Amino acid sequence: MRDRLIFTGQLLFTLIVAAFLVVPVILSISAGVTVNYFRGISSGVTLQWVFQVWDLYAGTILLSFVIAFAALIVTLAVGVPAAYALYVRGGRLSRIVEEIITLPLAIPGLAIALALLFTYQGFGSFRRSWLFILTGHVIFTMPFMVRSVMAVFSTVDIKTLDEGAASLGASPWRRFRDVIVPNAVPGILAGSLMVVTLSLGEFNLTWMLHTPLTKTLPIGLADAYASMRLEVASAYTLIFFVMIIPLLVAMQMFADKEQGR
Amino acid sequence: MTAVAGHGASVRIEACGKTFTDGTRALEPATLDIARGETLVLLGPSGCGKTTMLRIIAGLELPDAGGRVLFDGNDMTSVPIERRNVGMVFQSYALFPNMSVADNIGYGLKIRGMAQKARAARVAELIALTNITGLENRRIDQLSGGQRQRVALARAVAIRPGILLLDEPLTALDAALRDRLRGELNRLLRALGITAIYVTHDQSEAMELGDRIVVMQKGAIAQIGTPREVYFKPGNRFVAEFIGAANIIEAPVENGHLMLPGGRQPIGGGASLTATVAMIRPETIHVVEPASAPLSGTIDSVSFIGDRQRMIVSGVSDKFITIDAPNTVRAQAGERIGLSIAPDAVRLLPPEN
Repeated sequence: MRDRLIFTGQLLFTLIVAAFLVVPVILSISAGVTVNYFRGISSGVTLQWVFQVWDLYAGTILLSFVIAFAALIVTLAVGVPAAYALYVRGGRLSRIVEEIITLPLAIPGLAIALALLFTYQGFGSFRRSWLFILTGHVIFTMPFMVRSVMAVFSTVDIKTLDEGAASLGASPWRRFRDVIVPNAVPGILAGSLMVVTLSLGEFNLTWMLHTPLTKTLPIGLADAYASMRLEVASAYTLIFFVMIIPLLVAMQMFADKEQGR
Repeated sequence: MTAVAGHGASVRIEACGKTFTDGTRALEPATLDIARGETLVLLGPSGCGKTTMLRIIAGLELPDAGGRVLFDGNDMTSVPIERRNVGMVFQSYALFPNMSVADNIGYGLKIRGMAQKARAARVAELIALTNITGLENRRIDQLSGGQRQRVALARAVAIRPGILLLDEPLTALDAALRDRLRGELNRLLRALGITAIYVTHDQSEAMELGDRIVVMQKGAIAQIGTPREVYFKPGNRFVAEFIGAANIIEAPVENGHLMLPGGRQPIGGGASLTATVAMIRPETIHVVEPASAPLSGTIDSVSFIGDRQRMIVSGVSDKFITIDAPNTVRAQAGERIGLSIAPDAVRLLPPEN
């Protein structure tokens, strides 16, 4: 009897917490497919808002993905070799560099954006292009890539593997290609998912850096909330969810698989 | 540098010391010559600098300024490991988890640009040599510790290195397997005729494998010699106690005799001494009739080990002494015992400074 009470209590608590998290999401999404939000769902269900958003913001959504994958390419090309160098070299200098790379985690996105604006205000065409936003995203996501790759390095003792490959005559580049990268795949994948997800959802920094012609998904969302019907903004949220949830699920599945090893 | 199969390179390290960036001195400047084809063992407790010395020879650490590493007379000090043509077996084996056993063994050959067919033949040869037939396509995490050790050895030897470097290759294995692999390793090193430098903290491994042993203590070379020399003629008390069991006796000397509480023990030489520190190995002490014995004492304990029995005896020296007696000797704790030691079995050690 007592056990039942405790179980019921726990279940109730869990459901309340879940509802706390999920109900706003459901409301928001349902608003996106309602004909008239103020009259409620009884006014009918429609996809017109979704299509409208798509018509208005397809370019923004596309640009968001372009930036996310460009950020991924840059963090892979720079972050993985950097992690290798930092981990294998060790010592105080490496610690300092690692701290500097990690710094953007602690600094508010607005501050990073301001710093970038100050630095590049003289470069008009760069300032106006999407590459400027990309720069901000790379700074913001780099620590996630470097950290997750370095975490894997320490679990597989990459330093000894590197020395082993070197003793067999492999040059640093061959070692990196044949031994380091293949054995760091779990960290590289985890880091990649994180970079793409964070880049797609980044608002603070991007809001400061964007121009009317270079908007990303979250900026478009803010725009929609500020200037359009609530249904349109909600439909936008729906699209955002459809885009980002598969990535989050993949990330979670991947983390589970890693723990199962 | 060209390394012909079956013939190693000679190695010379000159004034090689190592101070780490945090200021700790891992290795005092040391000079050492290793002959072509020789197996040299670096032996010592952990932290004695043996691994640092090996890593300097390998090219994984740079010696402090002034130190030089020469292979066959060529200065290799600033040459990175990948261009030294050394084979290395790591304590943790460092096998590549992303490659099969055969790919691990063939990796060095692939780097050297050996054609697929020749490479497969060489890999097969090594798989047979190291007794791991049937494991070619296994993943590394499917191998036992002993099998990993063999793969690591095969991989290091496959490239026909001038020098084979082994860093505690058997330490990660259990005792029975370690003994068996030690024998195999010994035969393999002799068969290859390669120059080998072997790091261990296990003195019986050092004895069995080494042509010469370098005993190291606190970052410095304590003694260099053949296994017999370091065993029978240890240069100091540390070496005597580190290698095998040793009775260390401090006693006054009169007319070429150690004056002990249990009697007078003649020593070979040292007539002018008035006091000394002497080492006597347990198996050189013979049990004789107490009545006519030059030394006598009381048995404190007897442990039967099988091939011999170990007795702890009091009253001979001011400390307990250890005796390895044949397993046929009948003795019990509490009995009087007579002992005899040949004069040349008493090794006089230099005074401690």
